[in-house]
Amino acid sequence: MIEIYLFLIFMIIAAVIAIEIKNLLAAAIAVGAVGFSAAILFIILQAPDLAIVQIVVEILTVIIFVAVIFRTTDIDKTVGKQLTSMQILGIVFYGFFALLFIIISERILNTLPPFGSPIMKVAGEYIKLGLPKVGGTNIVADIILDFRGLDTLGEATVLFTSAIGVLAVMRKAGRK
Amino acid sequence: MGGMSLIVRRITEIVCGFIFMYGLYIILHGHLTPGGGFAGGVIIAGSLILRVLAFGSGTESERMLSKRIPKLMSVGLLIFWGAAFTGLLMAGIFFLNAPIFGLGTPFHLLSAGLIPICNIGIGINVAAGLFSIFLAFAAVKYFMEE
Repeated sequence: MIEIYLFLIFMIIAAVIAIEIKNLLAAAIAVGAVGFSAAILFIILQAPDLAIVQIVVEILTVIIFVAVIFRTTDIDKTVGKQLTSMQILGIVFYGFFALLFIIISERILNTLPPFGSPIMKVAGEYIKLGLPKVGGTNIVADIILDFRGLDTLGEATVLFTSAIGVLAVMRKAGRK
Repeated sequence: MGGMSLIVRRITEIVCGFIFMYGLYIILHGHLTPGGGFAGGVIIAGSLILRVLAFGSGTESERMLSKRIPKLMSVGLLIFWGAAFTGLLMAGIFFLNAPIFGLGTPFHLLSAGLIPICNIGIGINVAAGLFSIFLAFAAVKYFMEE
């Protein structure tokens, strides 16, 4: 259990570095550190499916970031500027609401069941019925493609739509 | 985007096909072992991206691929939607799987009814989609130039 908290603290530090550093290449590497820590967390929590997806998607994301940075610029011009008074006011308001959110969510999180015994009883049914009803030995594939097939259908459609949107923005044919 | 040095190109020629095969394995065994359509599709897209990074984006095969990729993406999504609609057409229930196609023997490649077909559709869709996003954002200046 202690290693989970160690990785979480490391992820928070890397995320803060990614926002605050001036060199964009270093920021992209810090984002990669956050993602790979998440992948190791999934392995510790015994979710190899999620770990595979997290690792390959993180590699792809960092490659795309680095390629874009090489084509444009690697200096973040917004870091280290003098803050205007309205921005300071905004930060104060943001801190106030974050504090309020933490206080309220602390009271709500106290009512949740402990780690490892979820509220959703349907998950146990899925695990029991996965092999006899669907037949796949990978329980995750059984759930996302049979019990929860509609979710995956929507997800694939969203990915298709976003890729089509990117192609429509970056195309040359038909452009004026 | 230009290519890289001779060492990188040689290593890429050797490794690229194996990565592609591993992605196919992850997709086809998605209902037996960890992985599935999404993870395998991203691995296949990664092998194609490795080729573009090593050899540069100006090659002729890349230009051919960039014209066909939107069609490939549509084919993947249509396979998935078709798999979902077969249950509706044959028994009147959307996404009906096991009662029509049978469970098969566990741990065999042809089992679990429609799930391998769904995995293949998602794999084609994800591989083509992510590779086209990479080409459009990072590699070529304009996509689909005529």
